[in-house]
Parts: sequence; structure tokens; C-alpha cells
Amino acid sequence: MHVVAVGTGQALAIGARGDADALLVHDRKGEDKFIADRNGIDRRDVMYNDFVLVGPKSDPAGVKGLRDVQEAFARIAHASASFASRGDDSGTNRMELRIWSLLDLEPRGASWYRELGSGMGATLNTAVEMNAYVLTDRASWAHFQNRGDLAILVEGDKRLLNPYGSILVNPAKWPNVKAEPARIWHEWLTSADGQAAITSYRVNGEQLFFVGKPGDSAPSQ
Amino acid sequence: MHEVSRALALALGLIGRGDQEFLSIVRLSLGVSLTATLAALVIGAPLGVALAISRFRGRAGLILTSNALLGLPPVVVGLCVYLALSRSGPLGKFGLLFTPAAMVVAQLILLTPIVIALTHRMAAGLWGEYGGALMVDGASGPRSIAIILAIGRATMLTVFLAAFGRAISEVGAIIVVGGNIRGYTRTMTTAIALETSKGELALALALGMVLIALSFAVNAVAFLLARAWRK
Repeated sequence: MHVVAVGTGQALAIGARGDADALLVHDRKGEDKFIADRNGIDRRDVMYNDFVLVGPKSDPAGVKGLRDVQEAFARIAHASASFASRGDDSGTNRMELRIWSLLDLEPRGASWYRELGSGMGATLNTAVEMNAYVLTDRASWAHFQNRGDLAILVEGDKRLLNPYGSILVNPAKWPNVKAEPARIWHEWLTSADGQAAITSYRVNGEQLFFVGKPGDSAPSQ
Repeated sequence: MHEVSRALALALGLIGRGDQEFLSIVRLSLGVSLTATLAALVIGAPLGVALAISRFRGRAGLILTSNALLGLPPVVVGLCVYLALSRSGPLGKFGLLFTPAAMVVAQLILLTPIVIALTHRMAAGLWGEYGGALMVDGASGPRSIAIILAIGRATMLTVFLAAFGRAISEVGAIIVVGGNIRGYTRTMTTAIALETSKGELALALALGMVLIALSFAVNAVAFLLARAWRK
């Protein structure tokens, strides 16, 4: 099985060109559009984790401990505190932009808002150097070695839940798709074995991905 | 600075215990780069000599295209190859996207102009010296090309090194067309890019050290060969 690791936007684009057999992505709106455009079939819920707002321990915007991420974003904008954005149309980026739009704020162009156009790791690296706030998924943060002065400041908001979906690239549209192997993978993900593999994955003893309905097992301790 | 000593320890550790994943990315780097370099030499060297010794139809066009490709950003070449090899592109039916073959193709496009330009320069000089004698001898076009390349073989070694150096250090184009797939299209340079973005700076540095050492070794072998040939 060949894994090409890219952000959700790019993954959906690769799938739309028929260059992949199956997708594992996290942007429900994008996934629904992908199905509606006949590019994919049989979207399934696979797992979820959550996003966390990471920032400098000095916390210039005063967001530490907030449970409302929208309020946290509003305070960051109000304080003109450095914010590092992935700016790459990934699932994480789409989530971040949704929060800004719920606040009716357009941060792009503001001097404190840094659109990096990078993957999660590179964005975290830069955020550490800039001592900036950054929205990241918990798993990436758990893996990340170079934390500098940053720590998790906001977590637990229901809006920060991050569900992943698996989609099969539509074999009717792309006859070259390896439909059988893709289907085996796709069905394994949601089988008892697959779900057990997902929940048993740990980094430093911490479970990073959860299955079932959010609320069955809360992602934040 | 303690990253440097950590990196050195990591590098020695990877080499010492023959880490499988590490060896596979070294193998892939060398495989893709050597294949592309040799193919670029086979295609570009005769063309370079031909440019120096004869006027043929399309000569001006070849010089223009080759020089233009010298200045093209590698990532743009990568993007064009990506679009061409994609399933929805003109060459899609070969299914080459996200394979090592695609990486060789992208590198070939980047290397051939270098080989043509350097060989042309060398051949122009040699033709000045030997061209008269060769034409008196009645040597045909292809034979003259072979003779010029043989006479200039020490310089061709430098051309090989220039092309290989370019190939082994490529990252932008091959990440786009290869997809940096673990165990399949991940080379030393793309692994360094990945580890850096994960914040694993010591490991990235370790891979970088091995890459430099490898490049140094290839250059050393070529240097000794050139010295032997000059005798």
C-alpha cells in the first residue's frame, strides 16, 4: 500500500484526478462535495481526534484555560498576537478559517497573521520560532519534538472535534482504480480489527485517535 | 550546536546497525540519481558534440530549448511532469505518477540540458584541435562524435559529476512527482525535508551528513579515475 501524505485539499484534488484509489481525509464539507461531484463513493466515518490551540507560555492574548475556541481566536485578534496559519487548504486550515469566519473576522492581510502555506510540522516549526499561536491536531503536537516555548492553551471545545472520513475514488469514473484492494482497506478501517488498531495507537502512552460517537470517550484528559 | 553531535551519533548508529529503512532510502537516492545521470549522458553527450561539429536542421532550436531548460525552476519541471503523468493527463495510461520512474523522468529533464551545455563547450574546444584531422580522415558524423567523446573522457567525468551532483541534491521536483512515499519514493533529500518539517532536526542533519559523505565518495572515485586516465 502506497501512502502519499498531503493535506485534505490536495488529497481531494489528487482523488479528483484519478491519481489515488482511496482517501483518508478530514473536512466533512469537502468530502461531501467530493461525493456530490461523483469523484468518490461510500464515505465512511473512521475515527476522530481533536484540535488544540497551542501558544506561547507567556500567553499575550490571555486565552489559557478557555473552553471556547471562538472566544480565544477573538482575543488573539484583539491583542494582535502572532498567529501561524497553515494556509494550505488542508483539513486543519479549513477548520481554522471556519472559526475566523464564524467571528466575521478576516485575518488574512493583518500583520500578526502569518499564512505559511506549509504542512503541520513545518508550520509548528515556524510557530515555535515566531512564538506564535497555532491551531494543530493533537496527534501532530504529540509527535512534535521541537516545542520551544509553546504549550497547549485551549482544548476541549466541541467545535474542535476533528472527524476523519475514508472515501473510495469512484471506479466508474476512473477505471484504472484498484477497486478491490481499495475496498479491502476501506472496509478494514471500519471493521472491529481496524478500529481496534486505531484506538490502540499511542504516542508516549497517550491515545491519539478515537472511534464511535464523540462523547463516548472524551479526547482530552 | 549539541544537535550536531547528536546528528553524528545518529548517523553512525544508522550506518552501524544497517537500519533497513535508512538503507532503502540511500539505495533509492543512488538508484534514481545514477539512472537519470547515465540516461542524461547517453542522450545529452552525443547531442552536445553534434552541436559543436555540424550544422543540422533544428540545431538553433535545440540550443535555445536546452539553454532555456537550464534556467527553469526544478519545482516547475516537477509540476509539468506531474500534470503529464497524472491519470487525467496525456501520459496517464502508463500509471507512472508517484513511482520512482516518474522521479527519473523529472530528473532527466533537469539533467540533460546541463550535459548538453557542458559537452558542447568541451567538444567545441576539441573540434578546434582535432576537427581538421578527423575530416581529412573521412570520419563520419557518428564516428567523429565517438572519437571526440573518447578524447575528452576526462572532461566527461566532470560532466558526469556535475549532473550526478545535481541529481542527488534534487528535492522539489521529485517530491511533487514521487509523493515521498515511505519505502517506495522516499529519497535522502525528501526524507530530510520530511524530518525537518517534523521538527526531528538531529535526524535530518544526520541524513544530510550521510548524503554529503556519499557525494564526497562519488567525487573521490571520479577524481582517482580521471588521474588514472590522464597517465
